[in-house]
Amino acid sequence: MSDARVSTPLLEVEDLRVSFNTREGLVQAVDGLSISVGRKEVVGIVGESGSGKSVAMYSLLGLVRDANVSISGHVRYEGREILGLPDDEMRSIRGRDVAMIFQDPMTALTPVYTVGWQIVEQIRAHEDVTKAQAHARAVELLGEVGIPDPARRVHLYPHEFSGGMRQRVVIAMALSCHPKLLIADEPTTALDVTTQAQILELLRRLQATYDSSIVLITHDMGVISEMADRVVVMYAGRPVEVGGRRDVIRTPRHPYTWGLLGAVPRVESKRTRLVTIPGVAVSPLDLPPGCAFAPRCAYRFEMCDQRPALRGDDGHLDACWLDPTRKVEIRRRVTETGVVS
Amino acid sequence: MGLFIVRRFVAAVLVMFAISVLVFLIFFATPGVDPAARIAGRSATPQILAQVRHAFGLDRPLPIRYLLMMDHLFIKQDLSSYVNIGDRVVPQILNAAPVTLSLIFGAAVIWLLVGIAGGVVAAANRGKIIDPIITFLGIGAISVPAYWLGEVVLYFTQSKLHSSVFSWAPGSGYVPLTQNPGEWALHLLFPWLTLASLYAGIYARVLRAELVNALNEDYVRTARAKGLSERRILMRHALRCSLITVVTLFGLDVGALVGGAALLTEVVFGLPGVGLLTFNALENLDLPVIMGAVLYGAFFVVLANAVVDIAYAFLDPRVRLV
Repeated sequence: MSDARVSTPLLEVEDLRVSFNTREGLVQAVDGLSISVGRKEVVGIVGESGSGKSVAMYSLLGLVRDANVSISGHVRYEGREILGLPDDEMRSIRGRDVAMIFQDPMTALTPVYTVGWQIVEQIRAHEDVTKAQAHARAVELLGEVGIPDPARRVHLYPHEFSGGMRQRVVIAMALSCHPKLLIADEPTTALDVTTQAQILELLRRLQATYDSSIVLITHDMGVISEMADRVVVMYAGRPVEVGGRRDVIRTPRHPYTWGLLGAVPRVESKRTRLVTIPGVAVSPLDLPPGCAFAPRCAYRFEMCDQRPALRGDDGHLDACWLDPTRKVEIRRRVTETGVVS
Repeated sequence: MGLFIVRRFVAAVLVMFAISVLVFLIFFATPGVDPAARIAGRSATPQILAQVRHAFGLDRPLPIRYLLMMDHLFIKQDLSSYVNIGDRVVPQILNAAPVTLSLIFGAAVIWLLVGIAGGVVAAANRGKIIDPIITFLGIGAISVPAYWLGEVVLYFTQSKLHSSVFSWAPGSGYVPLTQNPGEWALHLLFPWLTLASLYAGIYARVLRAELVNALNEDYVRTARAKGLSERRILMRHALRCSLITVVTLFGLDVGALVGGAALLTEVVFGLPGVGLLTFNALENLDLPVIMGAVLYGAFFVVLANAVVDIAYAFLDPRVRLV
């Protein structure tokens, strides 16, 4: 393998901006997102509902079909610019090089076709194989994602599977063309807790087998801590903290990340109440000119009226005006007392 | 699946029985009216009244009367009209049925083709100029009453332009398919188009709405993420799921039309179908014919419902086990 290929990240997103022109005004859904996903790397994107994490991923694959959308920035897949590619070229990337898993497995499959039919459809959309070959691979894939008796179940319809089993089918379909990148949009959110753990375990195992990279979109810091190599924390369409998993989870630097981490229930914790972030996510229609999190932040000061840039060292960046030493101090106090504000 | 079909038809037979009882009760057990006088018509002599009383067993208990009636209708098939004396009800309906069926069959083919094409094209071109044009045409077709459209069509094809453009257009009337298929189609062409325009408009509107809904479903997003072409997504995923609604609508419409709802088109174009027969019977208060026509209509509505349910089970795997 040439050095150039190794050093180029699989996916590179640079200053991605997505906005929707609505009747109420311009909605800036993604506001300058930059991430790079290396080979075999798992990147977690975490944030509340409406933070723009899903829209960002949909838009880079051309899955946002709104006529009023405008997307700018750069998206390079294996060094090649793919943002703004014509739909037929984009189609050969989608499903073959980059596959997606969606949040709600109950509605993600077409109800009137058998799961086998739907997997065969994807394989044959990208590869020149016979129906019989594709079918054989569909059975194999279903077995691989842990569906018992796949030779029989391949002929069943989506409604004949449970939620967890359906998500396995969706994963099998996503893997059917051996994609190099898997984008998983809240793959466990709609499932019950035990099933969640099984699906995460499955994703981890498949990632190891197939050597694929994963972009994992979630609002659950617990999922991030189990899966991700690197983490991007998003708020109101902007990345507010970026770094390795250990860095972000052990030494989080942005007050928003502190809030997210505080909202994960812990068994061993002495606290009786979960920490919540006061207020609701800011409306993308009226973002403050400065730091978007400032209205909900307990530590805001004058500087927060200006927009902070992502800065930091050793690949651990955050967008906050607070002095780094002050942050360490606050963070220590917060973890000791369990009080954010 | 086989069991489902059998069960569905057993249910349909039971519904038919219930309808026949209901119709019978409406005609023969409405309090305060002498059914014999109604059957015999307005200008009946006492002899005829007595004859009717005897023929229908009006002096006997209700269940016996019901059985006698069904015997006259279905087994002996000798129920006669007392308005146009001697006309047998059942053969009249059986003669009229092929006319109505021909009219509806041809119109259905046209409106399905035009309606589905219109709906698909409109949905595929949302936001472009062709979408509102199809919507406009559809609403126009829905808004124009069949009798007015029929008269206008007749005016142009039979008189105004008959000597030039439409010199080939045949006059009103019906030629049986078995006698001359070409003339059959030619005579029915304008009735077909007239009847089909309303339904084509409705189907295009309904299908467009269904498709637009379907295209916003999660499974369409999955299909896009799979890298399928927009065309395949529209035809194989969105249209396939939307057809369930169209089939439901189609079954009910055909059932109602065969049952007599094509009356206006038949009257305008002088087609001797069931609608025209019922229309004339109603004008003359010819009760046996009305009753026969009602039962005939009910039969097709119930049959259509059963067929729709079975088609549904084929189209939608989720209802197969119900």
